[in-house]
Amino acid sequence: MDNKLDSVIKELQEKFSEIKVSEQQVVTVPVEQLTSFMQMLKDEYYMDFLTNVTAVDYPSDKNQNGEEDDEEDKGTMEVIYNVNSITEGYTLMVKTSVARQNPKLPSMFSVWGGAHFQEREVFDLLGIIFTDHPDLKRILLDDSFKGYPLRKDFQWVGGRK
Amino acid sequence: MDLKNNEPAPSELNRLVHLAPLEKVLNIARAHSLWPMQFGLACCAIEALMGTNGPRYDLSRFGYEVMRTSPRQADVMVVAGTITYKAAPFILRLWEQMSEPKWCIAVGSCAISGGPFVDSYYVVPGAKELIPVDVYVPGCPPRPDAVIDGFLRLKNKVLNPKVVEG
Amino acid sequence: MLRTETYTVNFGPQHPATHGVFRVMLNLDGERIVKAEPVCGYLHRGVEKLAENRTYQQVIPYTDRLDYLAAGLQNQGYVETIEKLMEIEVPDRAEYLRIITAELSRIASHVLFVGVYALDIGAFTGFLLCFRERERILDLMEELTGSRMTYSYARIGGVAADAPEGWLDRVEKVVNDLPYYFDIYDDLISGNEIFQARTKYVGYLSAESAVDYSLSGPTLRGSGIDYDLRKAKPYSIYDRFNFEVPLGENGDCFDRYFCRILEMRQSVYILQQAIEQIRETDGPIMAKVPKVLKPPKGEAYHEIESSKGILGYYVVSDGSNKPYRVHVRRPSFVNLGFLDEMCRGGLVADLVAILGSIDIVLGEVDC
Repeated sequence: MDNKLDSVIKELQEKFSEIKVSEQQVVTVPVEQLTSFMQMLKDEYYMDFLTNVTAVDYPSDKNQNGEEDDEEDKGTMEVIYNVNSITEGYTLMVKTSVARQNPKLPSMFSVWGGAHFQEREVFDLLGIIFTDHPDLKRILLDDSFKGYPLRKDFQWVGGRK
Repeated sequence: MDLKNNEPAPSELNRLVHLAPLEKVLNIARAHSLWPMQFGLACCAIEALMGTNGPRYDLSRFGYEVMRTSPRQADVMVVAGTITYKAAPFILRLWEQMSEPKWCIAVGSCAISGGPFVDSYYVVPGAKELIPVDVYVPGCPPRPDAVIDGFLRLKNKVLNPKVVEG
Repeated sequence: MLRTETYTVNFGPQHPATHGVFRVMLNLDGERIVKAEPVCGYLHRGVEKLAENRTYQQVIPYTDRLDYLAAGLQNQGYVETIEKLMEIEVPDRAEYLRIITAELSRIASHVLFVGVYALDIGAFTGFLLCFRERERILDLMEELTGSRMTYSYARIGGVAADAPEGWLDRVEKVVNDLPYYFDIYDDLISGNEIFQARTKYVGYLSAESAVDYSLSGPTLRGSGIDYDLRKAKPYSIYDRFNFEVPLGENGDCFDRYFCRILEMRQSVYILQQAIEQIRETDGPIMAKVPKVLKPPKGEAYHEIESSKGILGYYVVSDGSNKPYRVHVRRPSFVNLGFLDEMCRGGLVADLVAILGSIDIVLGEVDC
């Protein structure tokens, strides 16, 4: 199974020159090539099962002087996709980064229908907008909730007295 | 027989005739047949509602097994599980739709004070923030025996309504 | 000329057939469903945000309360993800104890599904029968872990405590009795004419849609796709056991229900083999793990086969003793994505049968 995945990753690196592969076989793809990359995974490499869509918030780090960067929020948010192949048996983790100020990336609903609810959840809790999603609105929180809870700068008061 | 002169009444009369205020008679009827409202929120509902009604811890031997889904026909609201801010408005509406006299049992630590989720941004710290609670049953989740004990304390409270104020 | 209109009805949050606080907004044309939109989130407790303020060990009780019917499986998934991140090797005896707890949780969850599904269709006797078996399994778990429903038994590196004296014999006795009771369920519930009329050929799910919408578990296997993580990508020590994966043919509600009945029988088979093998295994039940856990910087994603489907945990660590991000891939949440299309064209009573056959747990849908 590892050999199959290795050869798949090698072929993908040849076709898409800008992707990076880490030691644990995690592929990072720039946002512009995301849709064509995912479509190729589904059509040519039998990856037909999208297991997991999630995102992590990495706010900007302090710069070298120890002061915070207050001109521009250089932080990023990473969106992670886990794709399985039922027939071939391997699984691949694909990551992509968007800017934290105005996070937008294309929706994967056109490739796999399983992205429907999971992308709505990522939008609800982190505020990342998926363009071309058929019905992007809040799913877990109520419609009048202000803010995005899973961001690192979300302030709230718990009920503990 | 002249009761006005304080003659002792014949023994059959003592045995067969009881005089009591109407409220006490109604309380006896209410206490022995409380109808819970079928309303489970989270994990405590599996233990408190379904486990207690199950074959081993049988709630019907006390007369409380009639679970009515409509709030108009129920007496007791058993709040079992965590209350979130999205669910709070309709819980209040269900409570207001129940007709008097009505009572409330809060089962599990989430319904008493928020439980392990009290620090969350979306959890109401206890049912007492929304509705007046009569009996608290602690546990996470409490055993069905503890829930039956809670029902029996409620029965005690219904039969002697002045106990709490005294 | 007659003109008809569709109207909207709320299949409200408080309803006996929705397995908890769950709402479906129905657009009806007479009795036929035109659109069924699920609204969830009434039990959203913010577990993913709470986990960022707790240490790694303190997150284990939160995972119990997600899918509260099969808590042994949830614990196993989280703990195995952290072990993958830290590259810890778990001793054999602890693995066997974890598998025994996991398969007992799976049987308890499926038994409750059978009872509650019969209750939804209208048969109260099935509910009472199934709870009798569930009580016997919960007694065993109470002896081992101290709690009937929320175990928190698996720990990072092993399990919390060894089996008490004579516990394995009691488990064997209960497990050997179970197939007799499963035969009773087959006679009473599966063979019942009314049950079959309400579930056969209702809620058709095709194999392509199931794979496209990322459905998993018995919902997927009822349509004929052979994808069980215990066989496809064996984790823990599942490769030491012989068992089969039951598949359905028609993709209707009855097939999804019957897959679970057959899975229970396979779980009994796994348990019998595990009990035989653990009697020959001795050793520690916990690996050498420091008290204050500080995993190296990095991330890990791990999936297991839970009773509802594929359960995945994604953990990001930044080197401190608290996780940076924990995400749970919940099977019930993803399985709900296809509810709308499965119900179109059916009657309102079919909605109850379809929703029951997907087998959702609200604690897991809302996280």
